[in-house]
Amino acid sequence: MLSLERVTKTYRLGAFGLQKLTAVRDVSFEISEREIVSLIGESGSGKSTIGKLILRLTPITSGTIRFEGADVSTLNGPSLKEYYRRVQGVFQDPFASFNPIFKADRIFRMVHDEFYPEMGAREWAEKVEGALRAVGLNPPDVLNKFPHQLSGGQLQRFLVARALLLDIRLLIADEIISMLDASTRVDVLNLLADLKARGLSILFITHDLSLGYYISERAIILYRGRIAEMGPTDKVYHRPLHPYTQMLMESVPRLDRKWEEEIRVEREGGLAGPTGDGCVYASRCPRAMGMCTQQEPELREAETGHYVACWAK
Amino acid sequence: MLQVENLTVYYKTIRGYVQALEKATFTVADGEIMGLAGESGCGKTTLGHSLIYLRPPMNYIEGRVVLDGRELPIWDMEQMQEFRYRHISLIPQYAMNALNPTRKIGRMIAELLESRGMNYDEVLPELKRRLDLVQLSHDVLKMYPIELSGGMKQRTVMVVSTLLNPSLLIADEITSALDVSTQKAVCEMLVEFRDRGFVKSTIIITHDISILYQIADSIMVMYAGQLSEKAPTETIFQDARHPYTRMLIGSLPKVGVRYQEERLLGIPGSPPQLLNPPAGCRFRDRCPVAFDRCMEVPPFLEISPGHSVACWRAY
Repeated sequence: MLSLERVTKTYRLGAFGLQKLTAVRDVSFEISEREIVSLIGESGSGKSTIGKLILRLTPITSGTIRFEGADVSTLNGPSLKEYYRRVQGVFQDPFASFNPIFKADRIFRMVHDEFYPEMGAREWAEKVEGALRAVGLNPPDVLNKFPHQLSGGQLQRFLVARALLLDIRLLIADEIISMLDASTRVDVLNLLADLKARGLSILFITHDLSLGYYISERAIILYRGRIAEMGPTDKVYHRPLHPYTQMLMESVPRLDRKWEEEIRVEREGGLAGPTGDGCVYASRCPRAMGMCTQQEPELREAETGHYVACWAK
Repeated sequence: MLQVENLTVYYKTIRGYVQALEKATFTVADGEIMGLAGESGCGKTTLGHSLIYLRPPMNYIEGRVVLDGRELPIWDMEQMQEFRYRHISLIPQYAMNALNPTRKIGRMIAELLESRGMNYDEVLPELKRRLDLVQLSHDVLKMYPIELSGGMKQRTVMVVSTLLNPSLLIADEITSALDVSTQKAVCEMLVEFRDRGFVKSTIIITHDISILYQIADSIMVMYAGQLSEKAPTETIFQDARHPYTRMLIGSLPKVGVRYQEERLLGIPGSPPQLLNPPAGCRFRDRCPVAFDRCMEVPPFLEISPGHSVACWRAY
């Protein structure tokens, strides 16, 4: 349904845009119908940039993003509007997504005016109530209120409900639960699972490995703008192939297993993005060989559906 | 050893007192790393800060804090100066981003020591030993904060804040902004500092319970300004007695659990406003086993050694 082909994004930095930072480089992956894919990475890995590129919030530097066959970067006017009818995003900070001066349900009215101007008030109100119920909210409790009168979890559901008002096929969920409290987090996660059951595909962007495991069929591990490993979630988690993924799985605090006793402090890597020569993880990798600093490993299929970019494999 | 009795701290606002911390009574033993967990707004940071830096709009209402047998004058900002840094150290949230950008790390430490009437050169050998211990180069002392990565800054902050071997270290969300590999290194430092006796008792404030599972000896759970439960880490996970603790632990996704096989449940509802909190147990409205008795505040009672809980159903 959605495919990325060698997508690269370079930001210009500095006073005259003289410095360049490659946030995402040569990233290719696909999302199928009714699939939840986790995009997992640490800060600076480019995971949010990929979400923004798919939503066309920032232009792509090179490569192609296709949605149902059409090149997303060529869309404009009515075709772009049609795209947004099908692809929507929800972001990390629910409070920043609302204008505090207006009531929270203004976002629904904006969808109405923009996408369904011909729909009557009564029919629209029913549609809004239906969407709110679908995300587990009781309409009388939440309608006609200001953002500060609602909790973070409620606002986040509001935003998902807003997306549901459209004929949405793909939801880009960028860290949507990292600001929520533990007790309400899992409800929003379950909501995503319910949406999938209704036929939606979801790109679930997160830094939290356990959340990715709970919700997704496939996982993509990003490191500094490159895909390190990609495959079915249980394989990536239980039999990681890339040394970076292995380090992640060992270091992440888990509830099912305590850390090993041995102390393995990672070597500090630099702060720059990919440089072009060699593997981006080579400077921190315990298994780096000569090859790793000279040529960048391509993503290769190690077993069915399980891809890794590492010379040691 | 830290003993806290009936500590009550409110925030003064124009609409009245926000009852952020209500009658907290607990102890942290020597060598104990206690995790303080709870959702945002539950009062965990208020509790941590009130032990060392109780300033307006925080208002001291009542209670006693005793550290190593000496009562701390926490209500008096001036008198507490004697205890800060030497006996109690606090690493506030975002501390690593609050290092003075115009000072080199070494000069900043020198100024800090001078403010406590100590000499930088005398402390320097120990400082260098500790930098070695956490695998930081001595060059850090000649660098500006901007030259350090997040993990290096956080390690520097930890070395600086424990330099005078305080009895109590309060670490507020020190791992939240770090990548997983650095997060683990910082957590292991906390354990190492305790093992080497640099600090006696440690309170780690965090919303991330999986971190506590890894390194804390005991976990204290707070809800809406009240203590819910305190127990050894294993007990909190295996045999929690407070419904809130159980539901909180039960709602956490773990690697190995997928929604198709085991659907986790959240806790319906939201915490009460603390401006005029309801009487009795504050978890009452969300609690599946609440009954008439819960209109009274349940006392925080020790039900077995090291295991205290505030719930009428648990005694």
